[in-house]
Amino acid sequence: MASITIRGIKKNYAKTQVVHGVDLDFASGEFVVILGPSGCGKSTLLRMIAGLEEISGGEIAIDGTVVNKLEPRERGCAMVFQNYALYPHMSVSQNIGYSLKVAGVPSAERQQRIQAVARTLELEHLLDRKPMALSGGQRQRVAMGRAMIREPKVFLFDEPLSNLDAKLRVQMRSEIRKLHRRLNATSVFVTHDQVEAMTLADRLVVMNGGRVEQVGTPGEIYTRPASRFVATFVGAPAMNILEGTVDLDGLSLLGGSRRLAMARAGLPVGTKVAMGIRPEAVRLVAPGTAGALDATVDLVEELGAGRVIYVDLDGAPFSVMTSEAVHPEPGSQVGLKISPEDMHFFSSETGARLDVFKASVPEPAL
Amino acid sequence: MEKRVTFGKWTIGILFAVPQLLLIFTFFYWPAGQAVYWSLTLQQPWGGGNIWVGLDNFRSILSNADYWNSITASLVFAGISTGLAMFIALVLAALTDRQLAGSRLYRVVLIWPYGIAAPALAMAFRFILAPEAGFMAVVNQVWPGFWDPGLDGADAMASIIVAFSWKYVGYNFIFFLAAFQAIPRSLIEAAAMDGSGVIRRFWDIQFPLITPTIFFLLVINITESFQDSFGIVDIMTAGGPANATNLMVYKIYSDGFKGLDYSGAAAQSIILMLLIIVLTIFQFRFIERRVHYR
Repeated sequence: MASITIRGIKKNYAKTQVVHGVDLDFASGEFVVILGPSGCGKSTLLRMIAGLEEISGGEIAIDGTVVNKLEPRERGCAMVFQNYALYPHMSVSQNIGYSLKVAGVPSAERQQRIQAVARTLELEHLLDRKPMALSGGQRQRVAMGRAMIREPKVFLFDEPLSNLDAKLRVQMRSEIRKLHRRLNATSVFVTHDQVEAMTLADRLVVMNGGRVEQVGTPGEIYTRPASRFVATFVGAPAMNILEGTVDLDGLSLLGGSRRLAMARAGLPVGTKVAMGIRPEAVRLVAPGTAGALDATVDLVEELGAGRVIYVDLDGAPFSVMTSEAVHPEPGSQVGLKISPEDMHFFSSETGARLDVFKASVPEPAL
Repeated sequence: MEKRVTFGKWTIGILFAVPQLLLIFTFFYWPAGQAVYWSLTLQQPWGGGNIWVGLDNFRSILSNADYWNSITASLVFAGISTGLAMFIALVLAALTDRQLAGSRLYRVVLIWPYGIAAPALAMAFRFILAPEAGFMAVVNQVWPGFWDPGLDGADAMASIIVAFSWKYVGYNFIFFLAAFQAIPRSLIEAAAMDGSGVIRRFWDIQFPLITPTIFFLLVINITESFQDSFGIVDIMTAGGPANATNLMVYKIYSDGFKGLDYSGAAAQSIILMLLIIVLTIFQFRFIERRVHYR
């Protein structure tokens, strides 16, 4: 159990900077997920916490101790790697017990602890096997066991589930969650998979281009994305974004070809905004309904429990997710009803969230 | 299972193999067969008939103290030069693997010694190690008489070992470096997270994982030390002083082409061939068991 404090962390490789001054605080026992697209610096940040990567600037402290200059082994972290990184020439029990062996733990105690970990992870019958003879899920569990046996202060996970098939991933996800609840060690989990991120995280850190875009609970990130990037990155299908301009009694969208009437509060007329609306917040209505946008259906994706309907809005792609039993034909017209309280507004220039249209805005006069 | 391209007709496959088979037959099986035949006969030095003598050639060689001396010298040479060349290469490769800037340059530069013909490099080392003018002359200045490969058999042996090792360090280095680089970075990192220091990581993770390469190089180095040493011995010591560096391969040459004892030389080359075969089998049977293949 340990808190992690990250202050102004930077990372340069030769001339390129990949992490631009990150500040984060992870509380003791918290499960934090760092989410971002490939190359956003999330793995680099994790590896800097682990001590596998030199810190170019700033400070990382674990439990109040600055660890910048400490060797990985002195930091009290354990890490689960993306490709598991099991020692191929050692058996499962040797893999799990290696850190204890290095630490000079006597053989009897070592065996006892290996057995205990193996029992937790249901690996007892595999202890004599080599990693080669294990399935992906079993290797994953061995990697977890190797991290667990040291009883570390901090668990670091570097996309540990990305090599598993979909079903196993869901299963391992819940196992990791259960394990965390039991061990209660501070955990930092890096992933590019938003479902993994949403389901695992106590707190979610969304990164992009070496910067932190937003920190919050999964709920906060979903309902109040702090930037256009977060809005479109989190949620599937991605949030629809329509460029528009604020006018006297609403929004002029898509270069003026469409408009939405609504009460507005605070934004000066003429402000260019990006209006975001989640596909699941759009309601399908009959074409021509007052206050709705008419669009042509492009494609319908059947998901079983619902459907994603891709429509064309004057050339702009737009998607609607519905669980209603509607099956519009491609090429037919539909009306899209968007409530002002479901809209998100982002600055067209900076992409930052603009909090002007409050959820309490009354139903617009149509 | 790997998918292989196969030929519909076996004749096509044979046709493709014929050029290679011809080469192997002409330059290996035929001469080797001739050597076996010669070793069982007494050949006249200037041609013109021979006498079948059975195993007499082998009997006379194996009862000759000079020959046993040559075997001992060969084994000493093989053991020390292989050990030296592999150890230095292993250390260099382990160090290079940690700091990779410029490793491409090392790879090119370090393979060069292997490309130098043995007599050429022997000539260079003959000058470098010359007791009266080379680098060792400075040592002789301080301790007179310390170094003279022309008089002292041990010095002569050391000279050819240094020359041979120098050539094979580069060769071994390339293989060791490739083997180190083939170890996933994350394994080393995982070991570091597990609390293992640099030296410990080397012994626990890297060394076991490069055992296939170590084994391969062991076989190659020992075999080559029996064969590729000829040029070095010929230029540097010519087998002397007092047969101290008269390695088996050199003795075959000097007995056969200088002493004109073709049959005795043929019998020696058969013994050398058998020795290499036995050593290789031994290595595969007993050392390979300790190799971890992934």
